[in-house]
Order: sequence, then C-alpha cells, then structure tokens
Amino acid sequence: MGNQLSGDEVRALVLAEAFRAGVGHIGPALSVADIIAALYRRVLRVDRPDDPERDRFVLSKGHAALALFAAIHLRGWITREELATYCADGSRLGVHPEYGLPGVDLATGSLGQGLPVAVGMALAARLQRSSRRVVALLSDAECNEGSVWEAAMFAAHHRLDGLTVIVDLNGQQALAPTRDVLDLSPLAARWAAFGWDAVEIDGHDEAAIAGAIAAPRREGRPRAVIARTVSGKGVSFMEGQVAWHYLPMTAAQFAQATSDLRVAAAS
Amino acid sequence: MRTAVFRALADLGRRDARIVLITGDLGFMAVEPFIDACPGRFFNAGVAEQDMIGIATGLAESGFIPFCYSIAPFASLRPYEFIRNGPVQHGWPVRIIGVGGGFDYGHAGYSHHGIEDIAVMRALPGISIVAPSDPAQAVAALLATWDLPGPVYYRIGKDDRFVVPGLDGRFTLGGVDRLRAGHDCLLIATGTLVSEACTAAERLAATGIDAGVLALASIRPEPADALAGALAAVPLAVTVEAHQRNGGIGSLVAEVIAERAIPCRLIRRAATGVSDGRTGSADWLHRRHGLDAESVAAAVAEALA
Repeated sequence: MGNQLSGDEVRALVLAEAFRAGVGHIGPALSVADIIAALYRRVLRVDRPDDPERDRFVLSKGHAALALFAAIHLRGWITREELATYCADGSRLGVHPEYGLPGVDLATGSLGQGLPVAVGMALAARLQRSSRRVVALLSDAECNEGSVWEAAMFAAHHRLDGLTVIVDLNGQQALAPTRDVLDLSPLAARWAAFGWDAVEIDGHDEAAIAGAIAAPRREGRPRAVIARTVSGKGVSFMEGQVAWHYLPMTAAQFAQATSDLRVAAAS
Repeated sequence: MRTAVFRALADLGRRDARIVLITGDLGFMAVEPFIDACPGRFFNAGVAEQDMIGIATGLAESGFIPFCYSIAPFASLRPYEFIRNGPVQHGWPVRIIGVGGGFDYGHAGYSHHGIEDIAVMRALPGISIVAPSDPAQAVAALLATWDLPGPVYYRIGKDDRFVVPGLDGRFTLGGVDRLRAGHDCLLIATGTLVSEACTAAERLAATGIDAGVLALASIRPEPADALAGALAAVPLAVTVEAHQRNGGIGSLVAEVIAERAIPCRLIRRAATGVSDGRTGSADWLHRRHGLDAESVAAAVAEALA
C-alpha cells in the first residue's frame, strides 16, 4: 500500500497504531475509515488547518479518533512519528480527539456533544456570509442522545444547508446491536421527519459519500447522510462483531487483520 | 437586573457585530432591546439548553461572542457538561447568563431555584463567575467582562428595581466592593442578599456591634488578596448567600482563611438542605433559610455574645 489518503490506508494505520498502543475501539474506527478518507480527499476544503475559512469537521463519535489521526497524518498535518505516539504519555493523540492538534476542530468524546456545536459553526458561517461548510460525523448509537435531536430541530428550522450530518450506521453499540438496545430504524425517515434532507448510502463507497454531501439540498435543508457501514470493516474476524467495539488485538490477531486488509486491498 | 443587562448588551451589540444572543425560550419583556438593536443576531434555541450552549460553542469557535440566557439552574445545571467540554475546555468566549440566582423565582419552586450554580461553576477552572447585587452593578460587571478571552458565567437577579444603597454601580473584577466599615465582624454577601447584609449591619449597629459589609460579586477571578486583607482585620466573618452551603462564597472565604492561616472565625449562612416541599416568595424563603437581615443579625449577636 502506498501513502495516499484512502480508506485502506487509514485502516492500515488504525490497525498498526491500535496494536502498538494495545488499545481498542478498533471496530468503530474501521467502519468510518472510508467516510473519513472521502472527507479529507474529496470533500473538505482545508488548505491549512488554522485557516478561519476552512470547512469544519466535527468527529462527534470521538471514539473513532484514530481514523481521524490517520487522515490528518496523510494530509501532512502531523508526522508519522507523532502518529506513533498514539496513547503514549504526554501525546496529543488520545483515544478521543483533544483540542490543539492541527486538524481537530473540536475536542469530543462525550456522545451527543458534537452536533450542537456543529450547528453553531454552520450558523456562524451563515452570519458571516461565508461559504464554508460543516460536516459532523455521528455514530448511530449516538442518536440515543436527546441533544442530537435538539440540534437537529434547530438546524432544520433555520435551514442551515451548509451543514451535513453523516451517521455511521454500523448497527453496533457498546453492549449489543443497536436494534436490541434502542431500535433506531427507520433512521433516515426519522431525520427526514425532523426536517432534514436525508439520504441513505453505502458508507464504504467513497464516491457515494462525496456525492451525497455535494448534491444540492432540497429547500435549503441540512443534509443527513445515513451511511450503511460494517463495524470492523476489512478485518474478517471483526466485521459485525460487537466485541471489537472495545477489544485490543493480540499479535496473532494483528497479523491476521493486516493480512485481511492486504487481501481486500488487492481485490 | 435583567432589563438593565439587556439594555447594556443591546448597546454593546450595536457597537460590536460579534455579539449574539441566544435564549432558551425565556426573557419575555427583557430581551426585546437587544432584538431591536441587533435583529439578525438574536436566536431562540427553544426549550433546549444543551443545544443552546452547543450552538454558542460553535459560534464562539468561529469568532463570535455569544450570550446565552435562561433561568439559573437551566443555564448552569442542565447543560453543565456542554459548558465543561465546550467553552471551558477550548477557552472560547461563551457567556452564560443565569437569571434568578438564589431564591428569586420564589414560589416557582425548587426546580427554578439557582442554589448550586456558583458551586458547579467554581468546580470548572477557566470560567469567570460574576454575581452582581443590583442593576447598576450588573451593568458595570458586564462592561468589565464582556470581551474577556475565556467563558463567563453571570448570575443575575430577577428584580429590576432593587438597588443596594451605597454600591453606586461599583464592580471590581478580582476584588470586593465594600459597603460598610466595621471592626467587630465582617458580613460578606453576594447577589440580592447584599442588601440583607446591609440591613443586618444597621441593626447590629443599633445594639453596639460594629459590622462591616462586603459585596462579593467577582467570584472568579477570586478576590483572595482583597478578602484576606479584610478578614485579617476582624475576629468574625459571616458569609450570606442564597446558595447551598458547600461550594459557594462561604467555601471560598473558608479557603482563603485556611490557606492563609487568618485568625478569623467563619459562619456560613446559606441554604439549609433539600427542599421540604414548602414554597413561597423569595423573602419568605430567605427567612426560612435564615438568610434575612434579622436572622443574620441574630447569628452575629449570638456568636459575639
């Protein structure tokens, strides 16, 4: 694999650093790898991470931070050496995004916090007559949080069409499948009922992700992109397995996982 | 204080386009001057305080100075984690106005009483905490703090007419405002109870006890030096606050006394425990919790007897 910004390259870095650090949250980082690659390669207009006119990205599902760190590295904002400090003492790279790292627009980690802030960022762009856009990436289980729906109502009421929510619909949450905890279906219909222009796509199809964000919005509504994904995508023994929300890998599992990725990338 | 604060905020908003006002669906007959002055920069978040703080966080990230407004417990307790993870963590200039700090909402009941807000804000480093005593001091506090770089919590009273005699619109950021000199004891009060402390001092004077009075409006930055100087000059200090006993100004004064080894006894007059289901006016609640002038004067007299 080369060094280009792709879902496979993000996944490879996620596996390498999660294994080196001995930490989990691998499944949720793998499920959003293609979304994050699409955002940083095709969607977000960010020349410099400190440009006030850059598009904003809020990783509201902060537990997928490692995928974001991989993308930030592949954009050249942090070095490979710094990426290798993931979860080390004194590192700027923790399990959830901390503020101050170039490319992190909002520190997150508490689910339900990101969308209200993203709404404020989109409102700010409108008040400043700026064309910058805001994208927030939420987990599906995060939609259990009431604050998500408070923000959804405000954004729709004010027709904040510079705002896009992507929901990582991987169907898994910490303890069980989402349908067994608080069934979210039909999720796209729920967002539509809250006044959003909602579409459902394959969350592993980069072109579909970019297209869904770029497409014009109906009646000035904010867009909800319900991205069907597979938790643990690309690793045979992690795909769709709740346990890999949290578990770290053994050496044998890491070898198997990287082999799976190579096979997937070659096919 | 509401009317005065929003008039002053309207004036600031006319001069500085970064100022935005977001209400959690409250402020009828209060926020109108700002709406008239800055119609494009007023938003009603609806009954959604978490979202209100989140939106303000995003606005502040993008260069605005957003003011959020609700009743004190709804402005501080409901969205507390959003305050912590947003403006406090990032150091962004979100302003939170909690109206009716203390028992100002009277018979609206326990749900509407702002009697933990100072404590929870004091637990967060990096947020300034301001609790003025009357409208003129509230305006002075606003003018002294509106463009501070980090977040600010304003604990303001509900009443618009109430004036603390002798305060004359003074506000000292990082300091205290003295209302009365006295060498037998020092009454330190905040918010609307400053006037009760003044009345208590007058009653004590009539019995030969010379009590000083300080208005403590700048809770952070902490006026530690000013407090230490005043406390060192008296054998007894009594804090008076419409707030739970732990974490409020009584705790702040206790910390100064302990850390600086000041030989001054402290009595903390504060809300006494959990609601027992009885409600009434703010004045009635102050009496019930022993925070009115008569109760405070009696506590001082007993301590000095």
